[in-house]
Amino acid sequence: MPLLWLRVALGCYAIGLLYALLALTQRSYLLNRIALPAMSLGMVFQFVSLTESVLAGEPVTITLVHNSESLLALLVMAAFMIVFLVYRTTSPGIVVFPLVFLLSFVAATGQQPLLTSPGLRRGWLVAHIALIFTGYAALFLSFAASLLYLVQERSLKSKKASGTLLRLPALEVIDEIGYRSLLLGFPFMTLGLIAGSIVAQTTYGRVNLLDPKIFLSLLMWAVYMVMVFTRWNAGWRGRRAAYLAAGAVLAAVIAWSANYFSAIHRFVQS
Amino acid sequence: MNFQLIGVNHNSAPIEVRERLAIPESRLPDAMRRLAEHPGVDEGLILCTCNRVEVLAQTKNGAADLRRFLREYFQLDPAQYEPHLYEYRESEAVRHLFRVAASLDSMVVGEPQILGQVKEAYATARAVGAVHSQLDLLLTRAFAVAKRVRTETAVGSSAVSVASVAVELAKKIFGSLQERHVYLVGAGKMSELAARHLVAHGAASIFVANRTHERAAQLAGKFNGQVILFEQLYETCDRADIVITSTGAPHAIFRREHGELFLSRRKNRPMFFIDIAVPRDVAPEMNDLDGIFVYDIDDLQQAVSTHVADRRREAERAEAIVQSEVERFQARVQTLDVVPTIVSLHDHLETIRQAEIDRVRSRLGPLSPEQEMAVETLTRGIVNKIMHTPISTLKTAAREPEATTVIDVVRRLFNLEEKKAARSGADRDQS
Repeated sequence: MPLLWLRVALGCYAIGLLYALLALTQRSYLLNRIALPAMSLGMVFQFVSLTESVLAGEPVTITLVHNSESLLALLVMAAFMIVFLVYRTTSPGIVVFPLVFLLSFVAATGQQPLLTSPGLRRGWLVAHIALIFTGYAALFLSFAASLLYLVQERSLKSKKASGTLLRLPALEVIDEIGYRSLLLGFPFMTLGLIAGSIVAQTTYGRVNLLDPKIFLSLLMWAVYMVMVFTRWNAGWRGRRAAYLAAGAVLAAVIAWSANYFSAIHRFVQS
Repeated sequence: MNFQLIGVNHNSAPIEVRERLAIPESRLPDAMRRLAEHPGVDEGLILCTCNRVEVLAQTKNGAADLRRFLREYFQLDPAQYEPHLYEYRESEAVRHLFRVAASLDSMVVGEPQILGQVKEAYATARAVGAVHSQLDLLLTRAFAVAKRVRTETAVGSSAVSVASVAVELAKKIFGSLQERHVYLVGAGKMSELAARHLVAHGAASIFVANRTHERAAQLAGKFNGQVILFEQLYETCDRADIVITSTGAPHAIFRREHGELFLSRRKNRPMFFIDIAVPRDVAPEMNDLDGIFVYDIDDLQQAVSTHVADRRREAERAEAIVQSEVERFQARVQTLDVVPTIVSLHDHLETIRQAEIDRVRSRLGPLSPEQEMAVETLTRGIVNKIMHTPISTLKTAAREPEATTVIDVVRRLFNLEEKKAARSGADRDQS
């Protein structure tokens, strides 16, 4: 059943994906109207899918690990919805919807080859996953905002009033969305990493800092911190902020993929 | 559907004619009442704005003479205004009303006031009872069409003057203009106009720097602004989010290094330079700096003309929407037209059936419930079979222009005429 609901959610997200792809080239009245309801519906189904998985009897941690992409997609959507409620704009959807679709697609098609170890400290692991993923969601949203910032900035600089195709929010509003999600995401990311290191330490004892997973996670955190700092201190925005955000997202993706070749993140006692 | 519309607008008649036909607001209710009482008119509405005077009527059989109404009401020499009148009937009248409500017939296409004016006229007409059924339907639809045009096309959304383009751009950069500061460098007429627009949209405060101090003080006084010595321009300019320059300086007064200085003082918060001066006051390479947006007078005028072109293109899409809505409305009204005929046909045959059953019942003697049922089923079956073809023909015809002919034929064949008159008379008594 959870997989069925996830696939239904994926169907809803596909509408959002279509909206995002078409938004750049043409205005579709119908899609504008249905994209947001479809995505909200997708969120509901995804939530149902996750809840059912959790209730299925396996320990929460293992469920969360097995459904991590789906969980991340849900959190990213939640972050998007918060922005929508505050700023009444769906523009970040242009970047967020495809990402959510992709994550759900991965979740619906493939199962991660993760095994579990009995010695894990469950509470810390749940905290680790939830915190890190919230941080990721905020980071993705910030990245989305910085891309939109570039588009809007370019259209303003080029002085071509092609405003009818894509109605982005004002430059300063986009900037605020990006900055706020960055600021909010940072504590989550930091606490998530701390929780993760506690899990690792209690499971494996001393941890090798050069393990790819740990190294890349720390790198990502460092880039994230540089971003927050430059933005706060020097007001970096626009192109420079976008590069940094892209760098942080890239680091996050690499850190994520390190799951597949790191010794410690496989949840196997070696 | 028997709609008739007659009127003048800014295209068909000069102002001298329109002002003679204008009806003051206080006298509109009375005028509409008189229109509704005019021979042949069922319902009526008068729309009177500074650009148009239009009389719309739902007539009894399309035979109302609205020109006579105008003659009787205004008591003017018809030669003065009749050559300027346009007249529409049926779907043409519907289309015209939809276009007016959607602001496609306005002098400035897309201006938003007209819809409000039509709504006011509608409210007045309803209040005096001049609009109740068919026109009510038509006007409600017109409002929906106007809304559809507004949401589905960008007609009317883009600014078409230099000052309003400047405001629009400022909003694209800063979002709201609340708490934003405006700096006027040089005190020309154009920059005053732009500043006035910005303030009207919520800009917080105005600084004025001008080489002649009196002029600066005078301008600052108008906006409750603050005068700044021209020598302090570079030290103070980073306070402003929007800078409007219009000095007569022969060289650029803002160059790249100034831009960099402002940005570092402002922690990279964006700045918007509106350069109305010729020769330009702001060096074009300032626009290359991240966070600084420079628009000179050509850029603004360019934006204005693209917007005008945009509007024209959007207006075409809006016309297509109006066209499809006219067809939909027509189909709907015609379906409504055939409904009374179907009902009276049904009533007519049912009366015959009942009468025939009553007539033979005495001869049949007492019937068992089963037999009673069989007779009922038999007669009903016959009646339904007979009615089937005329009704389906009517329903199909409802969507075609020949609806009225088919209705007439059916009525004549089944002799429904007098009954209809009696029925509609009863309806009127009730309402």
